[in-house]
Amino acid sequence: MKAYLVALRAIVEREVLRFVAQRGRFVSALVRPLVWLLVFAAGFGSALGLSIIPPYNTYVTYEVYIVPGLCGMVQLFNGMQSSLSLVYDREMGSMRLLLTSPLPRWWLLFSKLAGGTAVSILQVYAFLAIAAAFGIVMPPAGYLLVLPVLCLTGLMLGALGLALSATIRQLENFAGVMNFVIFPAFFLSSALYPLWKMAESSTLLYRICAVNPFTHAVEAIRFALHGQANLPAIGWTLVAFVLFLGLALLGYDPTRGISRKRSAGG
Amino acid sequence: MSVFGLKLEHLSFGYGADPVLKDVSFTVERGNFCALLGPNGAGKTSLFSLLTRLATTSTGRIEIAGIDLGTSPRAALARMGIVFQQMTLDLDLTVRRNLSYYAALRGLSGRDAERRIDAALERLELGEKSSVRARDLNGGHRRRTEIARCLLHDPEILLLDEPTVGLDPASRAAITDHVHRLCADEALTVLWATHLVDEVRAEDDLVILHRGGVLAHDTARRIAGGQTVEKVFLDMTAVTS
Repeated sequence: MKAYLVALRAIVEREVLRFVAQRGRFVSALVRPLVWLLVFAAGFGSALGLSIIPPYNTYVTYEVYIVPGLCGMVQLFNGMQSSLSLVYDREMGSMRLLLTSPLPRWWLLFSKLAGGTAVSILQVYAFLAIAAAFGIVMPPAGYLLVLPVLCLTGLMLGALGLALSATIRQLENFAGVMNFVIFPAFFLSSALYPLWKMAESSTLLYRICAVNPFTHAVEAIRFALHGQANLPAIGWTLVAFVLFLGLALLGYDPTRGISRKRSAGG
Repeated sequence: MSVFGLKLEHLSFGYGADPVLKDVSFTVERGNFCALLGPNGAGKTSLFSLLTRLATTSTGRIEIAGIDLGTSPRAALARMGIVFQQMTLDLDLTVRRNLSYYAALRGLSGRDAERRIDAALERLELGEKSSVRARDLNGGHRRRTEIARCLLHDPEILLLDEPTVGLDPASRAAITDHVHRLCADEALTVLWATHLVDEVRAEDDLVILHRGGVLAHDTARRIAGGQTVEKVFLDMTAVTS
């Protein structure tokens, strides 16, 4: 058991150290949601009327409404970036180092996910701190209560990235990930508008939004930030995590996975 | 206990319909240095993927220090030290941190890991480089760091896939010497894939791999039979080309 924890710690530490060393990645991880929060929300908020819906018990500004969605976006981007770094890592060989460790593969991949999640949580808290500096604050307890939810949502979005990296070779360029994963996940969710708004314009789109795991991640974060547990959303996020992790494990199984499909020279 | 460090039986492997390895069988006795010589595209790297379980095949069997890789992969992996053809160091970390990361992946930590790291650096004469970032090392030292790293958990078998690719002749000779010495001093079984004939010594075991099949397996001296290994190798691979 000790060996497992030693490996987990080393992998998480390595991910965090790498992230801290890459200042550019930190800055862009923060600029992205801040542009949405400070620019997009200013323009779009006035066009969108929000009604009082749970977990809010009063009218909230649009900025307050989209903070949880942007927390989710930070984690979504980070999950995809980690998956790309896996593809890159695999080319560079350090993934080979990981996969030839005698520890079980599921544990190694889980550790890798935990590392990516830790990085995404650092990003989310930095974002929340800057938002607070601009006067967009959540209830104080929310900042603490959101932590366990962020662990789960980070793992789920990381596992999605891992599953994609294991199965789809074309995802090596980020534009493809943006077009086919990040944008649909983000726009077909409750990140930018409540789902009842979507239902007014299209039932089909509403249904897609309602099954989108990213919607459930955002709602779990939203409720936690306001001191409440949205159990169905947490449950769906958990189910999605298990599903994506299962797909990722299949993808990295040497008897059927990508290592088999990839040709090697020499 | 098996006397074989490494045993391959009837391995076949391919991507789709293209066979890359065809019925490959050979054994390396415990404590021997075996050069796996083959031109580019012979299937050496595919064979390494199978040996390190990055890929698997349903035909054939691999035994590592007496352990079946197919049925007990983790126990087998625990006995291997691997140096891949592509460099796998984290360039932003120091030599020591690269080694401690690897140690942790094998469940080693604390004083035990530190002691092993010191010993491995010593063995590869890298003591003074321990706090240098991998990025600042030359190619030869990077390779040596990788070899030091793969010794941390006291493996019984070293697998090295073209470890001297891209190095200058002096570094190449130094690394080849180091690994031969390790093999002699510590009775490690070594499988050394290469396409460079000058890395093979007369007393080494030699497996010549060509187009996915084993053309010859014996000591290099016997395969050469009074000629140079290079001539025999070129003749063999030319005849079947």
